[in-house]
Amino acid sequence: MSEGTPVLRTEGVRKRFGSLEVSRDISLALPVGARHALIGPNGAGKTTLINLITGRLKPDAGRITLDGQDVTGVPAAERVRRGLTRTFQINTLFPGLTPIESVLLAVCERKQEAGQFWRRLTGHAEAVDEAFAILKQLRLDDVATRETRHLAYGQQRLLEIALALATRPKVLLLDEPAAGVPKDESAALFAVIAALPADMAVLFIEHDMNLVFKFASRITVLVAGAVLVEAKPEIIRSDPRVREVYLGQGHHG
Amino acid sequence: MTVEMTTSGPAATWLKRRSRISAIEIVFWLATLLPFFLFPSYLSLASQIAIGALFALSVDLILGYAGIITLGHAMFFGIGAYTAAILAKHGWGEPLTGLVAAAVVAGAVGFVTSFIIVRVQHLALIMITLGLGLLTYELANSFSTVTGGTDGLGVTIWPIFGRFDFDLWGYTAYSYALVILFIGVLVARRIVNSSFGLALTGIRENSQRMPAIGSVYRTHLQKIYVVAASMAGIAGALLTQTTGTVSLDTLSFQRSADVVVMLILGGTGRLYGGIIGAIIFLVARDRLSDMNPQYWYFWIGLLLMAIVLVMPGGILGGLSRLFGRFVR
Repeated sequence: MSEGTPVLRTEGVRKRFGSLEVSRDISLALPVGARHALIGPNGAGKTTLINLITGRLKPDAGRITLDGQDVTGVPAAERVRRGLTRTFQINTLFPGLTPIESVLLAVCERKQEAGQFWRRLTGHAEAVDEAFAILKQLRLDDVATRETRHLAYGQQRLLEIALALATRPKVLLLDEPAAGVPKDESAALFAVIAALPADMAVLFIEHDMNLVFKFASRITVLVAGAVLVEAKPEIIRSDPRVREVYLGQGHHG
Repeated sequence: MTVEMTTSGPAATWLKRRSRISAIEIVFWLATLLPFFLFPSYLSLASQIAIGALFALSVDLILGYAGIITLGHAMFFGIGAYTAAILAKHGWGEPLTGLVAAAVVAGAVGFVTSFIIVRVQHLALIMITLGLGLLTYELANSFSTVTGGTDGLGVTIWPIFGRFDFDLWGYTAYSYALVILFIGVLVARRIVNSSFGLALTGIRENSQRMPAIGSVYRTHLQKIYVVAASMAGIAGALLTQTTGTVSLDTLSFQRSADVVVMLILGGTGRLYGGIIGAIIFLVARDRLSDMNPQYWYFWIGLLLMAIVLVMPGGILGGLSRLFGRFVR
């Protein structure tokens, strides 16, 4: 793929719940290796957009393409297999499984080995090694065999990302990865995000503006379901409309 | 030992340990031989228990592991029972092929119905399984020329391997049912300890997450549903073959409900829960109905409520928690 071709693109995506228009004509393009932040006040439709991109919701109009292929009608699981993966704002994990089991499951699903019922789990040695390497990368190796429900909250947030990484995404959508994590710990979480492979395109929702300006190379501001502006961080920072509509709410004075 | 050499050593060792055969399991299987020596007059009951246990094991695979709640699993038990009976009635009383036929027919019906099963959840799922069970019962009732209707069918089963005749005392019946149960547990064990078994547990733990890790999990559900249907069919065929009769009772709602009760008493998602539950349920039924044939369900009801309230994980769940506390 050439340099400029976006790996993920939405074209004129629309979604309405009854009379409420939650997504109005949203067009985005993520090039390979993008670090793209999606910001906007509560209820702007950020998570809805993620749900539309990942196939959890069906858009009323518009197109979503991955690697140039139209995936608008493709089921969610198939999009993941093609390299479009998300994490959840509210932990959506396997509470009764351990991290090693959870990540191993995701690796096996990617390798299309999860349906094999005659091979012992430990027979998937390569997959086990890969799962453990992912946990190690996210510093979860010490708690690899502890039930997910007993993990600290911050560790559960990391496991969210570990599960997504196990699918080997080309495009990773992070829905408020640091949601609920104390400020002093969210830096550690973003250190993990900063260390993601350079060729992986990342779209993330985040409320902490310091983190957004630190990690994003491009920012889209969403207001009331529509793109208000999309630009580089330094332009967003000084844009009066953004200050008024978004930053103004949390940064009075 | 090669596993320990890799970087994922501790985690891999832990995974390996999970699927290891424990001493308790070996003791348990040795104990299943006790009826031959201690209660030779109860071998018929013992074979009923082994059959009930296999049936409960099949439900555990879908309910305990994959989280499919069912109140109609007797349809597969009954289909297996009638398959073996109808085969025998038409001149083929060979038991082992009878089991295979029962597994194939029940599995095929399981496959067809699985397309509906995987599309519904919660209350709708319970109602669909219940509805399918009732449908099957009434179908069997109305096709009385084939099934014998309310009279059922009496059949003659050939000796196993042409040598071991089904005797009055139940030696052959219990040996036969026990061996099939043992094989059933081995197969189920292999399944739940595989990556497929892990995927099933994933569906039970959080079906929402499955598509987000790229899992087309309905296929997994369909697969295990067919396996569970076949296993229930084998259990039904065993009942026909060991008793020489089949009746509509094999398809009844009562049987569907009883098997879920057995499983919940023993503990779901543990393979042995259904077996323990079948032992308790069927021994209790035998003892209690001797004392008071009309009201024995009263005690089962009481026991069920007590277990669910005091030990939410069933008897095995409670024991493992107690044991865990003890060890710590």
